[in-house]
Amino acid sequence: MTAHTKGSGGDGMKWVGRSIRRLEDPALVRGKGRFTADLPAAHWVRFVRSPNAAGTIKGITAPDDAMVITAADIKGVKKITPMLHKFSYRPVGQPILADGEVRFVGEAIAAVVAASEEEAEDIADLVEIEIEDALPLVDSRAAVADGARQIHAEAPGNVILKGEVKTPGFDEVWAGAAKIVKIDARSNRQNATPMEARAAHAAYDSITGRITLHCTTQMPHLMRTAIADCLGMPESDLRVVAPDVGGGFGQKMSLCAEYVLVTWLARHLKSSVGWTEDRRENLIASFHSRDQYIALEGAFDKDAKLLALRADVLSNVGAYSCFPTTSGVEPLMAMAEMPGPYDVQQYQCVARGALTNTCTMAAYRGVSRPVITFTLERLMDKAAKAFAIDCIDIRRRNLITTFPYKSATGLEYDEASYRQTMEMAVEAINVPAFRARQQLAREKGEYLGIGFATFSERTGYGSPAFAARGMAITPGWETVHVTVDPSGFVEARIGSSPHGQGLRTTLAQIIADEIGVPPGMIKVVHGDTDTAPYGWGTFASRSLVISGGATLIASRKIRAKLLKIAGHMLEAAETDIVLADGKAKVAGTDREVSIAAMAREAYTQTHRFKGEIEPGLSESGTYDPPGTFSNACHVAIVRLDPETGHVRIERYLVAEDAGRIINPMIADGQVHGGVVQGIGNALLEEIVYDDSGAILTANLADYMPPTAHEVPPIELHHMETPSTQSITKAKGLGEGGTIGPPAAIVNAINDALTPFNVEIDTIPATPQRIRALLRNAERAP
Amino acid sequence: MKPAPFVRHVPRSLDEALKILADVAGDDGRILAGGQSLVPIMAFRLAKPAHLVDINEVEGLDKIADDGKALTIGARVRHAAFHKPVTGNPLGALLAYVARHIAHYPIRMRGTFCGSLAHADPSSEWCLTAATLDAVMVAKSINGTREIKAAEFFDGIMSTHLKEDELLAEVRLPLLPADARFGFYEFSRRAGDFAMSASLVTYRLDGGKIVDARVGLGGAEASPRRIPEAEAELNGKAAGDAAFRAAGEAASRAIEPLVDHQTDADYRRDLVRVVVRRALEHSLT
Ligand SMILES: Cc1cc2nc3c(=O)[nH]c(=O)nc-3n(C[C@H](O)[C@H](O)[C@H](O)COP(=O)(O)OP(=O)(O)OC[C@H]3O[C@@H](n4cnc5c(N)ncnc54)[C@H](O)[C@@H]3O)c2cc1C
Repeated sequence: MTAHTKGSGGDGMKWVGRSIRRLEDPALVRGKGRFTADLPAAHWVRFVRSPNAAGTIKGITAPDDAMVITAADIKGVKKITPMLHKFSYRPVGQPILADGEVRFVGEAIAAVVAASEEEAEDIADLVEIEIEDALPLVDSRAAVADGARQIHAEAPGNVILKGEVKTPGFDEVWAGAAKIVKIDARSNRQNATPMEARAAHAAYDSITGRITLHCTTQMPHLMRTAIADCLGMPESDLRVVAPDVGGGFGQKMSLCAEYVLVTWLARHLKSSVGWTEDRRENLIASFHSRDQYIALEGAFDKDAKLLALRADVLSNVGAYSCFPTTSGVEPLMAMAEMPGPYDVQQYQCVARGALTNTCTMAAYRGVSRPVITFTLERLMDKAAKAFAIDCIDIRRRNLITTFPYKSATGLEYDEASYRQTMEMAVEAINVPAFRARQQLAREKGEYLGIGFATFSERTGYGSPAFAARGMAITPGWETVHVTVDPSGFVEARIGSSPHGQGLRTTLAQIIADEIGVPPGMIKVVHGDTDTAPYGWGTFASRSLVISGGATLIASRKIRAKLLKIAGHMLEAAETDIVLADGKAKVAGTDREVSIAAMAREAYTQTHRFKGEIEPGLSESGTYDPPGTFSNACHVAIVRLDPETGHVRIERYLVAEDAGRIINPMIADGQVHGGVVQGIGNALLEEIVYDDSGAILTANLADYMPPTAHEVPPIELHHMETPSTQSITKAKGLGEGGTIGPPAAIVNAINDALTPFNVEIDTIPATPQRIRALLRNAERAP
Repeated sequence: MKPAPFVRHVPRSLDEALKILADVAGDDGRILAGGQSLVPIMAFRLAKPAHLVDINEVEGLDKIADDGKALTIGARVRHAAFHKPVTGNPLGALLAYVARHIAHYPIRMRGTFCGSLAHADPSSEWCLTAATLDAVMVAKSINGTREIKAAEFFDGIMSTHLKEDELLAEVRLPLLPADARFGFYEFSRRAGDFAMSASLVTYRLDGGKIVDARVGLGGAEASPRRIPEAEAELNGKAAGDAAFRAAGEAASRAIEPLVDHQTDADYRRDLVRVVVRRALEHSLT
C-alpha cells in the first residue's frame, strides 16, 4: 500500500492522495533526529521554583560563589503581557522571574547558572527561598467568589475576561420551549505531555553580536518577535531555530519565560547557555489546559428539535495569561463554537476566564473543543433520554444538513457531512447487534455501553477569524517560497513549523503534482527564522490548509513559468505542454526537455528569453483563508466493571471527513494519535492540586497518559467532502482525533450505567468517581 | 532530575559488602540492587545517599534454592527469574503468576525480589507474597546474621525493621503443601501500575472444606499483611461464592485504609472487597 517516493511510474498518476512514506522518517527512526537538548553549551541553567502557591518573597539566599540570577538582576527585561482588545480583557503581566510575589507552585524564582546541568541542580538545592504565605486560590469558582483575595492588581474579582453573547429573540424562543435539558459538566485539568519537554539553547556570536536560540517551539518567528520585545533588542539580531521538535500539542505555541531568560543569559554572558526541562517541571510549570466548568442548557420543541442553547463557561486560566493567544483561548473558543454541528439559531453564553494560583493555561490540541463536545454530546444524550428516543435519532433530528450554514455565533460552515459520517459510523458499528449483545451481557451481570460523538472542527482559519477575538497579535496567513535551483531540485521554505505532522511530505506531494517532479527531489525547509519566511507556525489544524494553500499558489506560479520556458525551448504553444516525471513534453510528440535543463536555462541562459521571462525560478505564495470545518463521528463501546469502576474500551471507531486527503497514511496517523490523547482525557489524565496549591500528580506514575495496553485498535472510515474554502480542497485534521473521545467514551459509560440509574458528567471519568456514584446509588433506600 | 553527588562502591564478596556497608551506613550509605526504585527516587532528589553499595557484582547472592522445606531467594535474584516456575512445588506456579503483575518487562529484568522487600512499597507484590506466606528475612551485617519474620519486618510505608548496616542477604519462603491452592488478583488503572489493592490467598481443601486459609492484602494499608477476619470467614467453609463474599466483606471492614488522591477510604474498601473475592475466585480456576 505504501508507495515509494522516487518516481511516479510515468503513468500520469498524481502524488496527492497517495500514502507515500514520510520524508522525515529516515532520520527519526534511525535515532538521527536533532533536538535542542543535543547541543553542547558552556553554561547550563537550573530554575529554582516556588514551593508555595501564593505569597511574598521575603528573601533569597544563594551560596557565595554561585551565579544565581533573580528578578533584581533583570530589571530591564519586560514582562510577558499579551493583549486582547475585547471582552473586558484585563492585561496582566508575567515577570520572567517572580518579582516580589509568587503566584503558583513551580513559578521560576531564580536561575542558577553552572558548567553542567548536574552542578546547576546541586547549587539550586542550596538556594533558600523565604516566602510569606498568602491564601492560595486553586479552584476557579473560589477565585471568582465574592471577597476572594485578588491575585493581580489589574484584574478585579480575578476575572481576566468576560465574553457575552445573546441572539435577538432568544428569550421568546426559550419561553416557548417544550423541554429544557441541563448538564453541569466538569472537565479537570490536563497537561499536553509532549514526549520532549521544553528546552532552549542560546548562543552568542562574538563576531556579529547575534544570538541564535534553538528551542522546542511550534512558532519560531513569533518567539523571535516576542523575545526581542521582552529584551528590547533588534529582532534581526535574534535567530530562532526549531530543530526537530518532539511533539508540541499546543504546549509549545506559547512563549515561556524560561526561553526569554536563557536568551538574556547568552547575551549577558556572551556565551552559550542551555536549559532542558525535566518531566516534573513540565508537569507542574509548563502550561496546563481544559480546567473548565460548563453549565449548558438546551431548549427543545416537542419533537426534540433543539431551539436554543444557554451556556455558562468558567475557565480556570491559572496565574498568568499565555502569549500570544491570551487566556481567552479556551473560554472564547467555547463561547464561539459551543453550538457545534447542530442546527440551532438561538444562543446565549457567558464565558469567563478565572485567574487562580495554578499553572498558566494554554492551548492543548483541540483547545476547548474536547470539553464543549463532551458537554454538548452529553446534553444530547440526556435530551434523548428525556424524550425517550434513541441517541442516534435525536442527532438525526438536529445535525446541520444544508450548507453553507451560518451559526448562531456568526461562523460560516462550509459543506460538511455531519449526518453522513454519523450514518457511516452507525452502520459500521452495527448498533442492533450491539444492543443484543448488551442485553445478553446484562443478564450475566456484565455492563457494556455504546456512545456517540458528532462534532465539527473549525480548521485552517486565517487572520479574520483571529481578529474577531481582538488579539493584539493576530495570526493567520502563511507564506511559502518555492525555488527550483539550477540543478532542477526544489526547495520550499515555509513559515509553518511542523513537529511530527509530516508536513514536509504532504507539501512535497502538492508541489510534485504542480511542477512535475517527484517528492524525493523536493526539500521543505522550516523552523529557522534566518531561512524561512515570517510565518505563524503550526497549531490549530492550520498548516496543511494554509501553508498547503500558499504552497499551491507558489507552485502554480512556478508551473506557469516552466510552461513559458518549455514553450520557448521546445518552440511549442504553452497549452500543448505537459509537465510530468521531471520533464516537459509537447503532447502527442516525442519532443521533450527535462525540468533540470529548463532550470539551468532559467538561471544561466536568460539572454535567450529576450526579456520575456524574468530570470531565476523562484516564486512565493501567501494564503489567508476564512476557515473550513472538518467533521467526524466517533463511537466507543466500553465494558464497565461496576465493582471497581474500571472502564475498558472494547472498540473505537471514527468516521471522518477532512475534505481532500493529501496523504491517507499521515491523516490516519494524526487521527490515531489524537484519539489516544482523547482516551487519556476521557479516562486517565488529570492534574490534581491539593488545597494548598501543590500538585499531587508531578510524575508519570501519578499523571497517567494511556499506554498501549489501554488503547484499543482504532477503526477509521473516511469521507471526502472537498472544501470550498481551501484552495487545496483539504480541511484540517490535526486536532480532530482528540476532540471526540471524551464525549464518545463518557456517553458509552453512561449507557453502560443505565441499569444503575446514575450518570457521570465529569472528565476524566475515573474509577473512583464512577464507584462513588454507584456506591451512593447502592446505599440509597 | 539529576541525582545529588554520591560515591559508588562495587564490592565482589559478601564480607567486603558488609564491611563497606558498616563504614558508610552512618554516612547516608545505601544498598543499590536493581535500582528500579532507588534510582528514580534519587533522580527526584527525594533520597540523596552519599554512598551507594552496589551489590550487583557480589558473588553468591544470585541463588534460588529449594531444600524441600523452603525456597531461598538471594539478594541479586531479579523479578524476571520467576517468569517460569522455579520449583515444582505449587509455590513455583504462585510466584510465576504473581511476577507477571509487577511493573513492566524491562523493570522486571533489573528489579530484585529482596530489593522490593527492603523498599517496602505498600503495593509491592513481593511484599504481599512475603507477608501472606510468612517468609523469613535473613539480614546480615558485620555483627552477624538475624532472622526476621515477615510479620515483624514491615514498618509502614516504605519502611522496614532492617538496620542501617544490614543487608537483606536472602529471603526464605516456606514451600506450600502439595495440595495447596492459590489465587491472586490486583487492581490498577493502567497495566503495569502499582496495585491500588491486591490480594493473595492460599488454602487447602479437606473434605470439601477450606483449611489453612491465608488471606494476604497489599496496597490497601501502610504495610501488606494477613487479614485474620477474612481467613476466619473461610476456614471450615465450602469454597464458593458465599464464603468468598464474606471474606471480601470482612477484609473490607477490617482495614485501616490508605488514602490518596485517586483512592479515598470508601473506594479503597470497595476495592479490597473485590480483590479478596476475586483472588479467591481465581483459586478455583
Ligand atoms: C515504572 C515502575 C513501575 C513499577 N511497578 C511496580 C509494581 O507494580 N510492583 C512492584 O512491586 N514494584 C514495582 N516497581 C518497583 C520495582 O519492582 C523495583 O525493582 C523494586 O521495588 C525494588 O527493587 P530493586 O532491586 O530495584 O531495588 P533498588 O531500587 O536498588 O533499592 C530499593 C531500596 O531497597 C534497598 N535495598 C535493595 N536491596 C537491598 C538489600 N538486599 N538489602 C537491604 N536493602 C536493600 C535500597 O537501598 C533502596 O533503599 C516499579 C518500578 C518502576 C520504575
